[in-house]
This record gives sequence, C-alpha cells and structure tokens, in this order.
Amino acid sequence: MTIFSLALTVLVGILVFVLFFHFSNFLLDYFGRRSSKIFKLENSLRVVIFIAPAFIVLFVFIIYPVFETIRLSFYDKIGREFLGWSNYAWAIKDPDFRRSILNNFGWLLIVPTLSTFFGLVIANLADRIWWGTIAKSIIFMPMAISFVGAGVIWKFIYDYRGPGDEQIGLLNAIVVALGFEPQAWLTIPIWNNLFLMAIMIWIQTGLALVIFSAALRSIPSETLDAARIDGASELKIFWSIIIPYLQQTILVIWTIITILVLKVFDIIYAMTNGQWQTEVLANLMYDWMFRGGGDSGRGSVLAFCIMIGVIPILGWNLYQHRKEQKI
Amino acid sequence: MELIPTQKRTKNMIKKFSISSIFAQLLLLIFVFVWIAPSFGLFISSLRDKDVLAISGWWTSFTTTDVNEIYRTEGMESQVEENGYFIIKGKVFEEGSGKLISRFGVTSKNIDEFEVGEIAVFKDGSEISIDKTGNYFWRSKEKFTKKKGKRIFISASSPPSFTLDNYKEVLLREGLGQAFINTFAVAIPSTLIPLIICSFFAYSLTWMRFYGRDLLLATVIAALVVPLQMSLIPILSIYNDIGNLFGVAAKSFPGIWMAHTGFGLASTTFLLWNFLKSLPNEMMEAARVDGATHYDTFIKIVVPLSIPAFASIFILQFLWVWNDLLVGLVFLDKHPSEIILTAKLKELLGSRGENWEILTTGAFISMSVPLLIFFSLQRYFIRGLVAGSVKG
Repeated sequence: MTIFSLALTVLVGILVFVLFFHFSNFLLDYFGRRSSKIFKLENSLRVVIFIAPAFIVLFVFIIYPVFETIRLSFYDKIGREFLGWSNYAWAIKDPDFRRSILNNFGWLLIVPTLSTFFGLVIANLADRIWWGTIAKSIIFMPMAISFVGAGVIWKFIYDYRGPGDEQIGLLNAIVVALGFEPQAWLTIPIWNNLFLMAIMIWIQTGLALVIFSAALRSIPSETLDAARIDGASELKIFWSIIIPYLQQTILVIWTIITILVLKVFDIIYAMTNGQWQTEVLANLMYDWMFRGGGDSGRGSVLAFCIMIGVIPILGWNLYQHRKEQKI
Repeated sequence: MELIPTQKRTKNMIKKFSISSIFAQLLLLIFVFVWIAPSFGLFISSLRDKDVLAISGWWTSFTTTDVNEIYRTEGMESQVEENGYFIIKGKVFEEGSGKLISRFGVTSKNIDEFEVGEIAVFKDGSEISIDKTGNYFWRSKEKFTKKKGKRIFISASSPPSFTLDNYKEVLLREGLGQAFINTFAVAIPSTLIPLIICSFFAYSLTWMRFYGRDLLLATVIAALVVPLQMSLIPILSIYNDIGNLFGVAAKSFPGIWMAHTGFGLASTTFLLWNFLKSLPNEMMEAARVDGATHYDTFIKIVVPLSIPAFASIFILQFLWVWNDLLVGLVFLDKHPSEIILTAKLKELLGSRGENWEILTTGAFISMSVPLLIFFSLQRYFIRGLVAGSVKG
C-alpha cells in the first residue's frame, strides 16, 4: 500500500468512531426534542450510546476469549472434539512445559526482586545528589524501548567470537581483558536465563525508579530531619523509616513487574527462541499456536497456566477496589 | 506546601560533601554507566563503517587506529604527458577521510616496504611516490597501456570516523522504511480509538447512574490483569472466520487496531476513570441543572479538563503499541506491506544475525520514535506510569 492509501485508511478508521458518537448523540437530541416517548428514555439511551462500543470491545476481546480459551483447553487441536483432561496430561509430561514452568518461576523470583531493589536504591541515591534528575532520566530511558530493540542491544553485548579473535561484544571484551576465556553466553544452560533476565531488569528498574521517586517525596521531611538530629545514620534511616514508609509502593511495583514477567515473550523469542533451555510459557504457547498448523488445545492450556499466575493478583485487586468503594 | 520540603531537601544536598556523599555519587555513577553503556554502544555502532564494526569493538572507535588498506590507482585513461614523462596523479582516499599514511608498499609480499616520501619502483620501471594525505604521483618513461591501475598497499592511522551509510542501506534496501510507515499505521489508530471509546466509557462509569455500573467497573478492574495470551487463540479464530465468510484477508490493519483497542481498553478506562473521579462533582451537577445533556457536558467540560490525562494515556498506549511484537506477529501478515518494525527487526536477527551494522541501525531506527517521545514528553509519560498503569 502506498503512504497515501494507508493514511486514508487510518483516517477513516478513526473517523468512524468519532462520527458514531457524534451522530448517535445528535440523533438522540434531535428526536428527544420531538417525541416525548424518546425524551423519557433519553437517559437510558444515552447510557447505551456511551457504553456500547467499549462494552462490545471488552466483551469480544477479553470476556468471551477468557471462557473460550478455557473451553478450548479441553478440546483437540482444531477445537472440535472433546478430550477431557488429556491436554493437561500432555503438558505435565512434556519436558518443554516443565522447563518453562521452572524458568517462569526463576523469572518471577529474580526479576521483580532485583528491579524493585535497584529502583529503590537508585531513587534514594538520586534524591540526594544534584545531578540526580539526569541520572534518573538515563536509567529510566530503557522503559521507552521495545523488548526486541533491547534484545538487539543486549545480543550485541553478549556477542561471541572465537578465543583468538578480537571481541566486539562488551561482555566478552571485559572477560578477555581480565584474562579469562570468552564465552557464548546465551548457549550456557541455566546461566543463560540470568543473562536474559538482565535485559528485563535493565528495562523495569526504570519503572520502579520513577514510582519510588514520586513516593519518596511523600515522606514528611520532619520525620527524616528528626531522625538525623537524633544521630541516625543514612543506612539506618533507609531501613527504619524509608522502607516501612514505602511498603505499599513496593507491593504495587512488585505486582506490576510480576504480571509483566509472567507474560514475558519478546525477549525469549528474539534472543534464543527457547533454545538452550530458556523456554518460557508465553513463547511455548506462541510456538504451539502455529507449530504444525497450530494446536489450539495445547496453546490454550499454556495460556491458562499464565492466567492461573495472575488470578491471585486479580482477586487482590478486586478486594482492594471493593474496600475503597465502601469508604 | 510543596515548596517547603523541596527547599529543605536542597539544603540537605548542598551541605553534605562528606565521604558518604562521595560514595553515593560514585555508586550512582556506576549505575548510570552500566545502564547507558548498552544503548550508547548500539548508537555508536550504527554510525560506524560496517567493515570496521565487524572486527573491532565500538569502544575503540573514539581513538585513532592503525589500518592496512589496499587501493588501486587510476588506469591509462587519466595519464598526461609532461616533459617526456607519462604521469598519472590521484588520491587514494576520498576527500576528507582524515587518514594519515605512514608507510606503503607496492607488492603484497612487502606491504610496508617504503616510508612516505620515498620513491617506489614497479617491476616495469615506473616510479610512484605518495604523500601523507594520500596524493600519489606515478610517472613512467613509457606510455601507460593498461586500463586497470596498480595496487598499492597502505599503512595509515585512521582518526575516529562516523557515517550515515548504514541508515541509508537499512531504510532503503532492507525494507525498514516501509515497516516504519506500517508501524505508524498500526500505532496511531490503535491509540486514538481506545482513547475515544474509553473516554465515553469512563465518563459513564463516573458520572452516569445505571443498573450494573459497579459490576462493569469490577469487570474492567479484573480485565486489567488478564494476560493477552488468553485472547489470542479465540480472536485469531474469529478473524479467520470473518475472513472466510466475507472473502477478505484475516490479517489486516483494522483487525490489529481493534485487537490493540481490546487489549488497551481496561488500562485506558481505568486510568481515565481514576482521573475523572477527581473532577469536582458540583461542576457536572451545575451543567446538568442548566440543561446540558451528558454529551454536552462531556464535550464542553470534561474533554478540555482531561487534556493532560489524555496526553499521558496517549503516550503510554502509543509506546505500548509501537513496542509490541506479539500482537503484530499474530494479527498481521509478515508481508513487507504489513510487517511492523519489531517483527522486521526480529526477522533481521534471524536472517542477518552477523551483520551488526544492519541490526544496530535497524534497532536504533525502531527506537527513534519512542526516544523522541521520551525526551520531549517525559513528564506526561512518568505521570501516566505513576497514576498506576497495570497492563493486561
């Protein structure tokens, strides 16, 4: 398609929605003024106009698929024949699946912990140093980059050349300069997972950093000053005042990164595609969606496993929401 | 109220030039260095000559390096006759390369036989001399009869040099230019459509009374964390059915717009709802009393007040769509006319895995728009994130 026709498509696509809202409301006003019957119904009709597009999208793209995916997980590869638990039984025996579950647990344990930790430390440091704002900006920057872009950046860092050649990957160049043998980092099982996690930590630390930065501002400076006057060291202040104060924020950041990590796909897909024992659920699912014409049953089982991971968070969010609504 | 703590903080910062402050600065400096080195290396590499990039690390590109190169002189066509000699003059480097020659040679067996300024004699008796900046002077008593010139070998010191050639190559030849346009065609509607429909939705959830409102709100909050993997298989099959039924392509731009709208709907609605809640109720009431319909109130009061919130949400969703890979892979064709940047980049990682000049440049092009937004609108971006973005 040429740029022109593409731009036209884009414009039409957006206009459809603008015009829908404009004309439906216009018609409602117009007929409301003329017919008393419609006037009585005005409020309910208006609600329908306001809600309908979003609700339809919500239903078609989220609500219905959730139930459909659960249903499909009990059916065969094209969703015709009922198989009972056999897809789940397959999953439990499948070595790739076991590897994925293990790796996903590793990701869940390490990435949120380290991102939150680094974010907290950097936010504290940057808050007290005059060039802290610039530092924060730099560390936050990877948040804007795509996972695939980050993948290329880090694949370049991990690049491997034979022992005699000059290394162009930063990591191997450092390793060689220190007198060790260069390594093909991404192909060393178990450890390579850590090298992939490093990418995610590199990105998500920025998120933790900005949220902590905002939260730090809410700590009353009187409390901090009082502690300083009493002779508390900075480290003591950090552990005894700042950490307890930020408990809620730590939890929020932890949850956000946890949800993200459960779904991690791009990094694995771009860097190793699950080879060398780096498989994760989301990548395995993508694989089964298209492998051999696609297997919607097995794919759905894998999707549902990711869903199970977020259910506790989902329940907690709803509980919190209900508590807030009551106040 | 905001001002007082800030001032105190500044005082704290200035008075502390102690050891702990120096230690803190050093620690932060290390963090900054570790965090910026990867992207910086990528950027520098994308500006280097591809032959140099393949054999030396990017950190060497700031210093002068020694290079050995081979050039071929001009042939018989450019000879002139002067004082009984046939002469060919020329320059081995392109204008402005900045390279300085130290030694040269005329046979491959002895590539640094002569020092600059010395005269080398070819087998056929012709003489050549060369100066530091690469101008050579080749003369012979006989007429030059060969179309091809002779090879000369050069040992030179090369100053740091950067080029935009990689960008030209990648944008025009590797098809990244088209992918760049495609990504815009995906990202703009995928950001604006949810913004439009969710602002009406969030308005009704905040200011309209109707049966089932609380349930709807709870559904949105639940949908916030539902992983999009749960939607991929059923939606793909719906799209395939629609495609078969009407004889249209199952993978299309409108298809991916709606998919992104679906996946961004919960977070967009939630953020807007959070914002609208904070608007004063009296203002809406007053407008209603004056006889304004909900639509009037929405357009004339709510929209103007919500511009900053819209900006934050626009940036979040735009970056999310721009950086997405999975949705683009599933709902768009890999054909050049539809492929998006991230998918293209992944494809290059597979097919041109060793061509770092293409990968680094491609990655930087794909990052250019997010980085531009990041540096110009960072405030809105951060505000949106802090407002509690939980994306499904």
